[in-house]
Amino acid sequence: MSDTLTAPLPGHKMPHEDYLNATYGIRSWLLTTDHKRIALLYLGSVTFFFFLGGIFATMIRIHLLTPTGALVTPETYNKLFTMHGVAMIFFFLIPSIPAVLGNFLIPLMIGAKDLAFPKINLLSWYIYIVGGCFVLYSFGTGGLDTGWTFYTPLSSVYSNSAVTPAVIGIFINGFSTILTGLNFIVTIHTMRAPGMTWFRLPLFVWAHYATSLVMVLGTPVIAITLLLVGLERMFHLGFFNPALGGDPILFQHLFWFYSHPAVYIMILPAMGVISEIIPTFARKPIFGYSFIAGSSIAIAVIGFLVWAHHMFVTGESTYAALTFSLLSYLVAIPSAVKVFNWTSTLYKGSISWDTPMLYAFGFIGLFLIGGLTGLFLACLGLDIHIHDTYFVVAHFHYIMVGGAVMGYVGGIHFWWPKITGRLYPEALSRVAAVTLFVGFNLTFFPQFILGYLGMPRRYHTYPPEFQVLNVLSTAGASILALGYLLPMLYLTWSMRYGKVAGQNPWPATGLEWKTDSPPPTENFHVTPEVTWEAYDFQNRPDLGLVAGASPLAPAHGDD
Amino acid sequence: MHRTGELYGHFETLEQQKESAALGMWIFLVTEVLFFGGLFLTYTINRHAFSTAFGIGSNTLDITLGAGNTVVLIMSSLTMAMAVWSAQVGKKKLVSIFLIATLALGTVFLGVKAVEYKQKFDHHLVPGRSFDMKYHPTHPMPGDDLKELALEKEEVDKAFAQDPDINAHGQLYFSLYFGMTGLHALHMIIGAGLLLWLIKGSFAGRFTPQYNTPVEIVGLYWHFVDIVWIFLFPLLYLIDRHR
Amino acid sequence: MQSQLPLYPEQASNFAPQVDALMLFITAICLFFAVAITAAIVIFFFKFHRKQPDAVGIAIHGDSRLEAVWMIIPLILAMAMFGWGAVVYVDYRHAPQDTLDVYMIGKQWMWKAQQPNGMREINELHVPVGRNIRLILASEDVIHDFFVPAFRVKMDVVPGHYNTMWFRPTKPGRYHFFCSQYCGTNHALMGGWVTVMEPSDYAAWLSGSSGGSVNPVVAGEKLFADKACATCHVADGTGRAPSLNGLFGAKVLLADGSTVVADEAYIRESILQPNAKIVAGYQPLMPTFQGQLTEEQILALIAYIKSLQSLPVPAKGAGIAPTTGKN
Repeated sequence: MSDTLTAPLPGHKMPHEDYLNATYGIRSWLLTTDHKRIALLYLGSVTFFFFLGGIFATMIRIHLLTPTGALVTPETYNKLFTMHGVAMIFFFLIPSIPAVLGNFLIPLMIGAKDLAFPKINLLSWYIYIVGGCFVLYSFGTGGLDTGWTFYTPLSSVYSNSAVTPAVIGIFINGFSTILTGLNFIVTIHTMRAPGMTWFRLPLFVWAHYATSLVMVLGTPVIAITLLLVGLERMFHLGFFNPALGGDPILFQHLFWFYSHPAVYIMILPAMGVISEIIPTFARKPIFGYSFIAGSSIAIAVIGFLVWAHHMFVTGESTYAALTFSLLSYLVAIPSAVKVFNWTSTLYKGSISWDTPMLYAFGFIGLFLIGGLTGLFLACLGLDIHIHDTYFVVAHFHYIMVGGAVMGYVGGIHFWWPKITGRLYPEALSRVAAVTLFVGFNLTFFPQFILGYLGMPRRYHTYPPEFQVLNVLSTAGASILALGYLLPMLYLTWSMRYGKVAGQNPWPATGLEWKTDSPPPTENFHVTPEVTWEAYDFQNRPDLGLVAGASPLAPAHGDD
Repeated sequence: MHRTGELYGHFETLEQQKESAALGMWIFLVTEVLFFGGLFLTYTINRHAFSTAFGIGSNTLDITLGAGNTVVLIMSSLTMAMAVWSAQVGKKKLVSIFLIATLALGTVFLGVKAVEYKQKFDHHLVPGRSFDMKYHPTHPMPGDDLKELALEKEEVDKAFAQDPDINAHGQLYFSLYFGMTGLHALHMIIGAGLLLWLIKGSFAGRFTPQYNTPVEIVGLYWHFVDIVWIFLFPLLYLIDRHR
Repeated sequence: MQSQLPLYPEQASNFAPQVDALMLFITAICLFFAVAITAAIVIFFFKFHRKQPDAVGIAIHGDSRLEAVWMIIPLILAMAMFGWGAVVYVDYRHAPQDTLDVYMIGKQWMWKAQQPNGMREINELHVPVGRNIRLILASEDVIHDFFVPAFRVKMDVVPGHYNTMWFRPTKPGRYHFFCSQYCGTNHALMGGWVTVMEPSDYAAWLSGSSGGSVNPVVAGEKLFADKACATCHVADGTGRAPSLNGLFGAKVLLADGSTVVADEAYIRESILQPNAKIVAGYQPLMPTFQGQLTEEQILALIAYIKSLQSLPVPAKGAGIAPTTGKN
């Protein structure tokens, strides 16, 4: 059943042909249609934007060390937080897991040779690059200072920054997302190997299916909205400008109709990663498979119904506010279901503390805090106070950084052996994971308190009584930065000097682990036929584990 | 690009390939619905808020040309469907004929649109500095029916009295008119390009009962573009028709 | 006063204790779940640490009843949070009748407040303790937001709309307010102070002001004459337009048979888009004053028209809907 791979050889060279060494030269990379190579193209570009957004964040936190903020001018500060948001959300977070890990793994996980539309996959990357260039052009020629939310009429009339190229760039980038989502949906429907039924799919695939639904339905709306903002700015039209009869609140409805589901584009894939890591490192099936699969779909659907919870204090009707608050509480339930199921999976598991598992634990802890603080914001009476304060900033960073980025980095570690054929240094990677967790909490937990105390967001200067908490936050940020730098260094190092990984180092049960590390270009020499359920450690003798062994004391198990 | 309709390397069977192509196009069309949807929503909200200006704006559109274009487009959907059928029953010559007919009708549509756009330009109804809803009624052009124009002037004057900001609100109408019909026309131009590609393929005899997926999915796209127009036409041309 | 490292602002309004209580309730629930789940994870982490390198875990695929339990219990708790929050919010969005109204105008990057007697302030707001205060918020350019942490209230200030908010200060003192909707370069500098005073001090402050502030009612009356409103809006109802006596707050009968309450928004719309709502029995003759009046002038006219509230309504020539079944 397993493909042929002899025992790992010492030394640097791979003993067989794989997707990395099959062809050489820059053309073979820039014109590739191999989903695995495209995933690496994305890896390079999203890392670039992460770096860029990270530099902006560093400058923000240094500037906020003092109440009067001596690092940059107010104009520059406003550009820094805007560009940080735009770079991170549109060019790092949204593509990250789907375009890197999703692209790489989905065909492997379902036993296919590639995605349904490989050329469209490459096109998606090029569209992303073109969109990115427009945005970089905007950053470089005057910057952007409207906030990533582009509220009108500030963005369409009053701002003097390079808004038009930025909205064009984000508009173009939207099509990259749409095509990726489209590719995933069709692939998952039509290209599963024989025997790979829907309910045998890895939960990573379910997560990406749900994400793709959101990508495909939500992204066109932001595209048309930003297009209208750009047209309004260029031709002095009045869709959103009250002086010409337009309505700024219409912009907010259209904007948030996409941007709220967008946060689910960012978190659902990370949840998918966690759903793979936990069964692997607890060596047992996930608890509640169908509930986790179903909750992904539920989050995607309900997520489209809550957008106006960003608008509770705009003067929207009380009835609207009540409806959106209620629905926002409903969308919390499927996420809670996942957390309970992941925790239950650990019970009577055979748990190892490998780095991906540490990231998974970090994810659960931080997503828990981020998600629970969402309950504060969904609460109408509370939101009047904490809306648009640092409480919101802390909440979304807990989910997007503590959640999505931890999921992304954890996933990179988990599948690194498959992608590169190498192992990273385990001791150092554990240190980095813990550093990240500590640094993150120190950076963002004080911000909850700052927010409740009343510090508004997007402030380049603040009253002196807020300084202590700001200093704590900046100190945490420096530790956080270290936590990100370390993996960048040792992962790069491992590509040449890491131990050779072998086909299934962990071992894990997915189809992707039944082919070589790194995989051959066509993924599988022979099309697999699936006869086992997902995460079935009991009936997989090929993994070389002791089926039925109790993880507890060797005598009869207690409990 | 495969000349003989063979399997692409990453698919297992031709059936899988066909299924994927069709599903892919359907999902793409769903995204297009949401894309146009944002514009339709903006139109609906503004129509409700500024019904006077939108009524006047709508009255400046030529209903004959619009209705004619609608018929042209519906016929082109018929010829497109006939092209798909022809491929399915193996009548290769008919495939080319029907594809060419579809392209011709589409071109007629775009030509009529160009005529309409020129008219708007001449009447100072393009949003921008020279936009003025009062311009045409006070500046007759050759070929205008003067009695009609006088009625129009009366209406515009009444509208100005009711809504002094009518030029601003009228610009909203025309921005949406050009935006929505322009986006639609862009999709038609892309469709025309796809048809040219199909015609080239049909001359080479590519499309057979076993392999006609490209014709089918371009057909889906073409029908969608037609349906968008079926919604655009009444929304833009037919509201507040009382003359 | 505040401790060295405070966790929440002072409570200085009627809403503050409610919001804080709500916050503590939600915190308690969240803390319970966070601690429970974290404890479970930590315990499992250590208790089920892999003993032998090739051991696997015990396969437990799921438990539907457990799933139901941990869907229903969080749902009930979530509904409790929603319900309590909704009650507070609905109260906040419906100001009581007897408010002291202050107009707040936000513009890049300052706040202009106008008291009922015309007293103007910039980046300051003086209010008496124990009174229900209603702020009527307008913007001259982009979206801003008026936020008083110590009161636990905020509301966006949106151009082209009026928004209102209310609160009742409960403790004299000076409290920071902030702009909390990003509005451009000096968004962070667009703050000021709310001064809550004893009623007697407030009255003294109101009357003892230095010159330069005109009573808005007086200003409105002057505008009413200057802009020739009185030519049509004759007080005894004999003009081409309805009398404005007793208008403010009353129900107006419109030409299409519907009624509308004559509040600030209605009067503002009638000045700027007079043909949006035509009063029954009258012609659409009124010209628009769009572009001829600033927001402050409109507010002055509204103040003047409010002052006509208690004047006698003429039997014929008012736009007010009949309260009895006549006609």
